[in-house]
Amino acid sequence: MSKDIKIKKGLDIKLIGEAEKTIENAIISNSYAIRPEDFHSIIPKLVAKEGTRVKAGETLFYNKDNENMKFVSPVSGEITEVLRGPRRRIDAIKITADKEQTYLDHGVFDLNSDAEKIKAHLLASGCWAFIKQRPYDVIAAADVTPKAIFISGYASAPLAADLDFTLAGKEAELQAAVTALSKLTTGSVHISVGDKSNSPLANLEHATTHKVSGPHPSGNVGTLINKVDPINKGETVWTVNAQDLVIIGELLLTGKFNAERIIALAGSSVQKPRYFKTLLGAEIATMVYDKGVERDSNARFISGNVLSGKQVQADEHLDYYSNVLTVIPEGDDYEFFGWNKPIFNKVSTSRALTFSWLNPKKKFDLNTNTNGEHRAFVTTGTYEEVFPLDIYPMQILKACMYKDLDEMEALGMYEVAPEDFALTEFVCVSKQPHQKIIREGLDLMLKEIG
Amino acid sequence: MGLKNNLHNFKEKNKDKKWLPGFNALFTFLYMPNETTHNGTHIKAADDLKRTMNTVIMALVPCLIFGMFNAGYQHYLAQGLIDSADGFLGASFWTLDNLTVGLWKVLPLVIVSYGVGLAVEFIFAIIKGHEVEEGYLVTGMLVPLIVPVDIPLWMLAVAVIFGVVIGKEVFGGTGMNILNPALTIRAFLFFAYPTWMSGDKVWIHGAVERDQMIAAGQNIDAISGETILGSLAQGKEVAYSIWDMFYGIIPGSVGETSTLLILLGALFLIFAKIGSWRIMLSSVVGALVMGLIFNGFVDAGVITEGSKFYGLMSTEFWHHLLIGGFAFGTVFMATDPVTASQTNKGKWIYGFLVGFLSIMIRVFNPAYPEGVMLAILLMNVFAPTIDHYVVQGNVKKRMKRLKAKTA
Repeated sequence: MSKDIKIKKGLDIKLIGEAEKTIENAIISNSYAIRPEDFHSIIPKLVAKEGTRVKAGETLFYNKDNENMKFVSPVSGEITEVLRGPRRRIDAIKITADKEQTYLDHGVFDLNSDAEKIKAHLLASGCWAFIKQRPYDVIAAADVTPKAIFISGYASAPLAADLDFTLAGKEAELQAAVTALSKLTTGSVHISVGDKSNSPLANLEHATTHKVSGPHPSGNVGTLINKVDPINKGETVWTVNAQDLVIIGELLLTGKFNAERIIALAGSSVQKPRYFKTLLGAEIATMVYDKGVERDSNARFISGNVLSGKQVQADEHLDYYSNVLTVIPEGDDYEFFGWNKPIFNKVSTSRALTFSWLNPKKKFDLNTNTNGEHRAFVTTGTYEEVFPLDIYPMQILKACMYKDLDEMEALGMYEVAPEDFALTEFVCVSKQPHQKIIREGLDLMLKEIG
Repeated sequence: MGLKNNLHNFKEKNKDKKWLPGFNALFTFLYMPNETTHNGTHIKAADDLKRTMNTVIMALVPCLIFGMFNAGYQHYLAQGLIDSADGFLGASFWTLDNLTVGLWKVLPLVIVSYGVGLAVEFIFAIIKGHEVEEGYLVTGMLVPLIVPVDIPLWMLAVAVIFGVVIGKEVFGGTGMNILNPALTIRAFLFFAYPTWMSGDKVWIHGAVERDQMIAAGQNIDAISGETILGSLAQGKEVAYSIWDMFYGIIPGSVGETSTLLILLGALFLIFAKIGSWRIMLSSVVGALVMGLIFNGFVDAGVITEGSKFYGLMSTEFWHHLLIGGFAFGTVFMATDPVTASQTNKGKWIYGFLVGFLSIMIRVFNPAYPEGVMLAILLMNVFAPTIDHYVVQGNVKKRMKRLKAKTA
């Protein structure tokens, strides 16, 4: 039951620095790091102590609540450091890579196996980390069967990596992963592709493909869920990033956890934006300096896109889910009469002496300035213009702020993830941290309701 | 940039001082701050609250300037010193003499409104340790435009303090208030000092003073300037043409007379996507519907010429849009995003009722023949209720979906 999804509400933020479609091999990173905070709500139990040697695909830690759920090393090498934060929380596990990579062999998997075997295999091999669930936008609980699985094959976020390009030639892996996933749900696997795209995801078996069009967030998986089969109380759906299917597929086909990923280096601070072949957890510095940014330049590195990525330093590492590394200028400067002079070089949805509406095709060079101070919610109706879900955005944000669980539930909290509120946060006149508010709201619900 | 760096260093040096929000308010007025995003969206749209508020002020400036000329014009016209202006560009209207009177009378209102209001805001910001919020920028401009030109400044000051403290700060400041602060201020004046807020003297500069001089025994002619609503409520002939009303060369509160300039302001706000066209449009529709109903009563012979409601009820329904503060209230006050309905569907209902009730109160309350203020304040109170039911619609849809699944 394929469905064309056309959304009108939204906003395409056009930025300078889109990655050119050429792939380079990134300098091989010496150090890798895995940060447990990438796996939100998982409490890690460390297996690999400092000084131990691991193969690529070998367990680093497991989930305290479910010890079958392993999290594995992207490379073979030696654990050199376990960084700890307050109360001995594990911040990062650093691995110094071997020159010659060796892989733990999980064995070729029989795709005709039943659901339990597939689950066990994904849990043990570290691939479970790629499967997230809603409600709560956390790594999926293994003991729940989802009503459907959603995959977005269309990246509409600003400067996103073009999935048609990065997934090209990976049809076999994608198909293997989708076949396996389709056995884990009572419903079907829903995949969205751009309506004009030439996606390798378009013609997979055991999946329902939907063509989507319209401005961002048309490519968000949350939009897909809301338009195809919204989540009701008591239901669970899973989501998987398209690029992560490749790793899952390769594991099933070859038995090897290959953390290789094609990522886009993009953003206005980069001299020559382009694609790199690298590994999960690779050091940022291995990609950003060659025809990229000047050393010591005042730039912001973001693992992920500009709307919901994580800020990282050059000596830190790519996070587990990103397929784009964005570099934009920092905006830590004052602007004379910035609040009332006419503005031509910034994006705005209003026309209050802001002129981005004059030239809808123009690409902008935006920095990290907040363009104003944090205030209480004042204006109304602005969020609705960029928010395509059938949910009242301001009301649900306020419900999260005053922690009314009943109201959060009634307003649709089970359906949302922080990234769904990235655009409302972008346009927010009061500069409220919407994604953080939603994340905290979801965490509260997870704790209280579960 | 020396100034920028000096201000920045000053701010850093005094980071823990209690009065810093006061300094920051001035600093951020000059320079947009150097604040950057952290996690969450790394980029932000260009608009902030200051820009939003500033846009509304820009829409109000033509009304303010016109109001100044009109203050002088009405003053000289009532004394018979000048001929009545013929049309919007009439020669006797846009004169330096008129402007001088206007500046002399209106600027103090603006200064008192901003001075007192911002002082209260600063004090509260410092006591509560948050930044000075921009809400008063618009309120401070609205207040001088909706009071009679001769209102004593101390009354205005008292009312502003009342309005800002009781109308806004006790609820937690900008964004938290239930009632529109500017209208709270006007309502306070209206009920506390009714003699200065209604009647046929207060709308023209000098009229009250003259009355006092006559009372003191001087032999001069009294001057009077009834508003159109006042005349209609008393069943008198209206001395002004429809075009006079549209242009605004009539007596009234300082800045609310010119429907033409208010309309321009409205178009600007709608174009800038700052003012809600839903509220403005539905309010106009609401007013027209109520006007038609009253016209219907008159046509059906229910209300006859002897009735005290006849004057206003028989006023052609669309004239209501031009007279009194209806246009100003609809465009600049009913659309206040904090106190209006916040959902798009709710805005339609809220706006319609504002317009509908404005005309109803206007007709049935001839002692104080201005209904817009009371209608908006009333609907401010009901806006959350309207929103509640609109949001419940969404909640019910979700419940229904769940039921359909589990059934």
